[in-house]
Formats: sequence, structure tokens, C-alpha cells
Amino acid sequence: MELNRLTIHELHDKIKSGEVAARQITESVLARINAVEKRVHAYIRPLPAEALAAADRADADIKQGNIKPLTGIPVALKDIVCTKGIATTCGSHILDNFIPPYDATVVEKLRNAGAVFVGKTNMDEFAMGSSTETSYFGVTRNPWDLERIPGGSSGGSSAAVAADECIASVGSDTGGSIRQPASLCGVVGLKPTYGRVSRFGLIAFASSLDQIGPFTKDVEDCAIMMNVLAGYDPRESTSVKMDVPDYRQFVGGNITGWKIGIPREYFIEGIDPEVSTAIKNVVDVIEKNGGRCVDISLPHTEYCLAVYYIIAPAEASSNLARYDGVKYGFRAADARDLLDMYKKTRMQGFGAEVKRRIMIGTYALSAGYYDAYYKKASQVRALIKTDFAEAFQKCDVILTPTTPTPAFKIGEKTDNPLQMYLSDIFTISANLAGIPGISVPCGFTKAGLPVGVQFLAGHFEEGKLIRIASVYERNAQLEKRRPCL
Amino acid sequence: MDFETVIGLEVHAQLLTETKIFCSCSTKFGGAPNSHTCPVCLGLPGSLPVLNEKVVEYAMRMALATNCTINKSCRFARKNYFYPDLPKGYQISQYAYPLAEHGYILLEVNGAQKKIGITRIHMEEDAGKLVHDEHNPVSYVDLNRTGVPLIEIVSEPDMRSPEEAADYLKRLHEILVYLEICDGNMEEGSFRCDANVSIRPRGEQNFGTRTELKNMNSFRNVQRALEYEIKRQQYIVENGGAIMQETRLWDDAQGITNSMRSKEEAHDYRYFPDPDLVPVVVDGDWMENVRGQLPELPLAKRERFVRDYRIPAYDAGVLTADKALAHYYEEVVALCSSPKAASNWVMGDVMRFLNEDKRDIRDCPISAAALAEMIKLIEDGTISGKMAKEISEEMYKTGKSPRDIIAEKGMIQITDESVLTAAIQKIIDASPQQLKDYRSGKEKLFGFFVGKVMKETQGKANPQLVNNLLKKMLAG
Repeated sequence: MELNRLTIHELHDKIKSGEVAARQITESVLARINAVEKRVHAYIRPLPAEALAAADRADADIKQGNIKPLTGIPVALKDIVCTKGIATTCGSHILDNFIPPYDATVVEKLRNAGAVFVGKTNMDEFAMGSSTETSYFGVTRNPWDLERIPGGSSGGSSAAVAADECIASVGSDTGGSIRQPASLCGVVGLKPTYGRVSRFGLIAFASSLDQIGPFTKDVEDCAIMMNVLAGYDPRESTSVKMDVPDYRQFVGGNITGWKIGIPREYFIEGIDPEVSTAIKNVVDVIEKNGGRCVDISLPHTEYCLAVYYIIAPAEASSNLARYDGVKYGFRAADARDLLDMYKKTRMQGFGAEVKRRIMIGTYALSAGYYDAYYKKASQVRALIKTDFAEAFQKCDVILTPTTPTPAFKIGEKTDNPLQMYLSDIFTISANLAGIPGISVPCGFTKAGLPVGVQFLAGHFEEGKLIRIASVYERNAQLEKRRPCL
Repeated sequence: MDFETVIGLEVHAQLLTETKIFCSCSTKFGGAPNSHTCPVCLGLPGSLPVLNEKVVEYAMRMALATNCTINKSCRFARKNYFYPDLPKGYQISQYAYPLAEHGYILLEVNGAQKKIGITRIHMEEDAGKLVHDEHNPVSYVDLNRTGVPLIEIVSEPDMRSPEEAADYLKRLHEILVYLEICDGNMEEGSFRCDANVSIRPRGEQNFGTRTELKNMNSFRNVQRALEYEIKRQQYIVENGGAIMQETRLWDDAQGITNSMRSKEEAHDYRYFPDPDLVPVVVDGDWMENVRGQLPELPLAKRERFVRDYRIPAYDAGVLTADKALAHYYEEVVALCSSPKAASNWVMGDVMRFLNEDKRDIRDCPISAAALAEMIKLIEDGTISGKMAKEISEEMYKTGKSPRDIIAEKGMIQITDESVLTAAIQKIIDASPQQLKDYRSGKEKLFGFFVGKVMKETQGKANPQLVNNLLKKMLAG
């Protein structure tokens, strides 16, 4: 039995019954990493020694009868969440020697829930990208087709789950960075409501959009992970003081009488026909199970990309100012003076995409341009929020494709940033509005590439997403496939 | 040409909270470099700020004490610039939505009250410090001060002279210290001031081009820098030149200002709302709660002293300049019921002793009770004023009560007429020539006899009594 292929809930049952030990599970995952990592490169830094030590501690706990929701479960962390004593690079040269003296809140929570950390996963530099190609540490390959990208920016986390190099993983989503790679790698990925999961210890890209969420092999695991990740954190001012439901209660059940909004603005030209077909099939399954599809409008959809590419770079230009070579991280050698040190450090320490966004953001905040760009974008963002608020008066959840196309080839869009940005066209709006979204696998293209469907719900309605996603998952009768590696 | 000066001031005051504005590190001055730091104030990746509510409360105290309107909701904003003492590459400050606006304080100018408008008061974090190696081209970064809470108090351009500016600063300083939200130490930088100054022909409505002055670390330097800068601007204008908008640094040693950066070189701070912090909402209950805890402010205290103690406005001004001094004075008055005598003694000898030793009234060895006791001893004639001078000095040196000192030194005043008459007679008998001269009109010799009598009685004679008796006896 290949334990690394199982889900959290399956392994949890086996641990509880005493059928397997935590060490066996971790060894199985580490063996898989050894076997396929050269080809996939999901990890910047696997942590085999730390993982085995943690697995042994888990076994000691199990012996004591102390079994928590993630006890002995191998989990991978995107290299954007700070891990005490373990290098955290954010996929960047400028942080390649940064060792945080503290754990992110989510890391603490996962640890307290018994998780075994098996490694830090690859990502686009500072989460800026949709393909994991901008990482300083090399590209991650899509386990379903090694010539293709896994999506991004959390491509390492999605690939690790898809390739069974971990049982579940954590990513972050600023404009689709969980949902898009989940879709392209055929796994479940959820971006929670802004404020649902603490950002403390998450290296900031765009603070008003960033949110941490899980990658899992099925929807039930997603609920289990959310039970651990969600909740108020006094160290994070934008985290919301609100009770967290037991998300597992939403797994299964039915969606009888639910209204499913189909936003007309999202079914546009440019969607791959095979993606369209897959989404139509989802609609059929949902309707067969008691859901009723209704036509809705999100009138400001066409501005989402533009608004995002002002607000996110603007915040990023400020968030990334701290990487100046003074206190930690990379410092360029041979600087003549302070200004020269800043310039050389940042010129050599950041990659091209990061520098592009810092420049866009700096420009958008500059005196004389602020009103035309940042302020205007913030105003339109408010309209986009209103669009969703109005839409959710008419429906329970919204259904869209997660991405317009399946995974594209490595290098295919690296020379054309605008083309690259378009791959997030269906996911960005949820970040702007602060609402939760989930991507669930909904089939394969003829070429064998996964396709995902996205469900969106109102603020703090992750429960609804888990309900509809699990109803779909259980009734879709998708063919069970695994990537051949 | 006759010019009018226009001055506006920006004051930064460090707040006396125990912990920093966005983390729980200590705000104490000093300490080994970087010992008061944590991931948040170091700006480590992934760290996030959480607002210390005490900062809002302290800032609200100042806002209410300066008659500001407190905004129901205010926001923090990021001020972006690069400098090694600024670990995040931005300072968290307030910009478009400050805590409070539209206030004022009152100054006394030429005997009349003048309102100086307060444009805004906002909260922000302090930056760290660079320590430059004197011998090597190396600078060290100390981030202990990073994140210490500040309020910035921006005035309207309402001041018309350097004296007014200095007076405004002193009043502001006094209020901050009264409110116990700032220690007011200018040398350590807990109270800092930048000045904007321009000149215009008298009668002109529009403002002239202003310069901003920095690096003045005392009231006196603010005044000196402004005086210099006004002369500099007048010289330029009178010689047909134009003032450049720029930032200038005060050079204390040379007594001049030098250009630091021009308008073109000014930073573009790219302010925008800080997405890591939520708006601060101040509800009416919170505000009233803070208002209810405000102490009596200097101006009100001054007016009350004049009204209730019937002391001159000047005395009231001196006594209320320091809240602890005012408290001391009030304690003395309560125990001796002689407000004017108390004021004379406190403003006179007590303050002189303290000033000589650069000591604070809180550390004064003469307790209010002891001083009151001494005043009562003067009033009931037990000791003379002259003796009191000596006694007070001894009280200051030893901390002893006046009664103990009097007993130790046998300093009870002689008021027994028969004893004094005998002493006077002895002197008269021993000075026949002087007596003759006095009686023949040399009245100046009266002092000679007084001196002799005081010497004879070791200074313990009641002077008034000596005067009366001596006059009678010399007359024959």
C-alpha cells in the first residue's frame, strides 16, 4: 500500500486503528519525494530529518492516545510562510539566506494539530506569477505533463499534492495563486475569506489581497485543513474575530433548492473548448443534484484585471521595500555608498517580474498619479465588491471555470506578461472582493490535463463551498486517475 | 520694506506608553542597541503590526486638551522612503485621515489672548537611530527607538514672530507634560520641532515662499534659528532675490541655517492607507471617558491661582509652569494659609536652591509641610525673615524641620523688651562719639547701632522691636 497516495481522513483512520504508524507514512512520502522530485521539483527545501523527528514525536503522541486531527500527517508549506529556524526564501535570491526567528500563525496551528512538515515548496518569486517559473530556485513541473507549468504562484504546493509528495499542503492566494494551480494540477484548493486565516508570518505580497489556504486531495481533507487554519489571531489586525464552524459538517449533505449563479461575464471568448465542456458537465451534475442555475451579472468584471494590477503592485512596492540589504537576506558586494548598496542589492536580488511589479506599483502611488491609478482602482474595487454583494442576493454560490485554459507549456508565456496575467482572469475578483473561492477537479482534457471548476460564496461562507464542492465531487463520477511519473 | 513673519510649527512628541505602538517591546530610552526589538519592530518578513490602544488614548488626551475635533474614524497610512533606520522601508503614520483636526491653544501676546490654530494631530511610529563610527567609515543601526509612539502636532501658520513661536512651543510642551503623556525631554528627542517660516510685505494677504527648518533641539534654538532665517529671507528679498522652497538645517555652533534639500529633491513619500491595519474607530463613550480623566490644564490652573490665591499673574505663571511645582505650592498654602508668602518662598529660595543643583521639585529636600511650618514661624514672630533665610538653607541641606534647626542653633528670636533694652544700653554706653554724632544730626548712624545690637544678640533680636526701642533710646 502506498500510504503517500491516501487522504488525510483515510490516514487518520488508519492511525487511529493502529494500522499504520506516523513514521511509516512520513517514510512513504519521503520515498516518493526521492523518487520523483528530480522531475517535478515541487520543493525548494525538503525537510526529511525534521519530518522523521516530527513523525516519531507523533508516534509517541499516538501511543499516549493523543491523536489530533493532523497527527502524523505529512504537510508541505509554501516557502512564503515563516518557519522558525528553517530558511524561508519566498522563492527569491534576496531572501535566500533568511532564517525566520519565529513561526507563522498557520505553522503554529498546523504543528499544534500534529502535522509533520515535510518541506518548503517552490513558488513564483514573492508569489508574483501564475506558473512558478519566476522562482529563483528553478521551475516546478506539472506532474500530469512535465513539459507544462503547474500553475502559480503556489505551483510547488499544488504539484506536491498532485504527485503524492505530501498528503496536503498550504499555499497563499493573492489573485488566484491557490485556485489556479489547484485547477491545473487536478487537486482541491481553497482561498478563504479575507480575514478568516491569519496572515501573521505570511511574507506579504499584497496585504489587502493575500490569504492562506489549503491544497488537498479531496474536499473532506480541505474541510479538515480549514478547521485547523481558520480563526482569529490577536497578532493580525485584519483577522476577524468570529466563530469558526466545524467545516466537516458541510461535507456531503445536499444542495437541494440552492441557486447557482452563472455570471455571464465569465463565459467569454478565449475559454478553451475543452474547459467549456468540462464546466457544462459540472452544471449538469449540480442540476441533477437539486441545484438550480441562474443567470447573474457581475457588471464590473472587465475591470478586475486592471484594478488588480494596480492595487497588488502598489502594495507590493511598499511591502518589498524592506529588502534593502541592511538587516538580513542578500546584500550586493562592492557598493560604493548607501544608495549604491540599495540599488545593487535590489537589482541583483530581485527577479525581472518582481522588479516589473515594484516599478508599476511605485508609479501608481507617485505624486500626481495616485488619484488616477491607486485611488481610482480602490473606487472600482468597491464597485466589484458591490457586484458580488448584489449577486449573492440572487444565488447561494457562483460557478465559473477556475482558469480559461488547462496548463500551458513551460516558457510559453514568460515573454508576454499580459498573456500570463490573463490566466488569473477568473480568480482575481474573489481577492478584490475578499470572498472565498474553491477550485475542485472536474475532469481532464483529451491530452490528459486536469481542469478545475471554481465556486465562489459570500464572506465567511466557506461552509457553502465545501458543501457544493463535496456534493459535486461525490456525484461527478470522475474517472480516478493519477499522474504517471 | 516692512515685513511680516509667518510661522507654523510641526511638533513630534514621544508618548510615554510602556510599550511600542505596534508591538509589545519596551519604549525605554537607552538599553543595549537592538535589545528592545522583536520581529514586528524589526520589520522582519511576515511580521504584522497591531495597534497599542494606549497610544490612541494618549493622543486623544492631547487632542482634547488642544480643543481638537476627534474624527470618529481614522486610518494609518504608509510613508515610503528608504533609510537604514527605517526597517520596513516605510513609516506607519497617518495621512488623509488623521486622529484629530481643527484645534487651537491660547497664547498671551502683548497682554491679549491670541489663538494659535492646530491643523491636525496624528499618530505615527518613530524610526531607529544610526550610530556612526568616528574612526571608520561604518554606521551601525540601533532599532530600539523604532516603533516608539509619536504624535505629530501641526499648527496653522498663525505665529508672527520667533517669540510667539517659542511661546507656543512652551505652552504645547507644558500641556504634554501636564497630561503625563510625554516627558518633554528635548535633548533626548522626546519633544522635537520643525518650523515653517516665510515673510511677506506687511498687509499682503498671500503667503510668501516658505522654508522648513530642522535640527533645533531647544526652545532657544528654535527662536534663534527663526530669527536668523527671517533675516536671511529679508536680505534676499530686499536685494531683489527670491526665496527657494527648501528644507534647511540649523547649525547651532555657527548660528546659521544651511540648505539640506531643495523642493526638487524632496521625497515623494507615496502615502497610501496601510492595508495591515484596520481603521481606528473612536466612539463617544471612549472619548468622554478620556475627557473625564483629563487633569486641570496649565491655563486653567493659572487662572485659578490668580483668582483663589490672589497672587500676581506673574507668580501664577511661574508656579504653574511645572505641574509638580504647582502641586507643591498648593500643599504649602493649604498648610500655612499665606498664599503670597508661600509664593515668595517657593519662587524665591526654594527654586533658587533647586536651580543651583539642577534638581526637580519632586526631589526637594524641603517638604511642603516643613516650608509651611517655617512660614508660620515667621508670621507668629518666632523667627525673623533673616533667620528664616538661614533656616531654609539648612532645611534644604539637611532635610530637617525648621523647629529642629531652631532648637539646634538656639535661633529663637529675642522679643523680650527688657533683654533688648539692656543690650541696646550696653551699645550706647560703649559708643559715646557715635551717639553724639547721631544726636547732632547724623541719622545715618542709626544703621550702625542696629548692626551692633544684632551682633550683640547674635542676630536673634526681633528687628522691628530693635528699631522701635533704638529710636526711643537714641533720642534720649
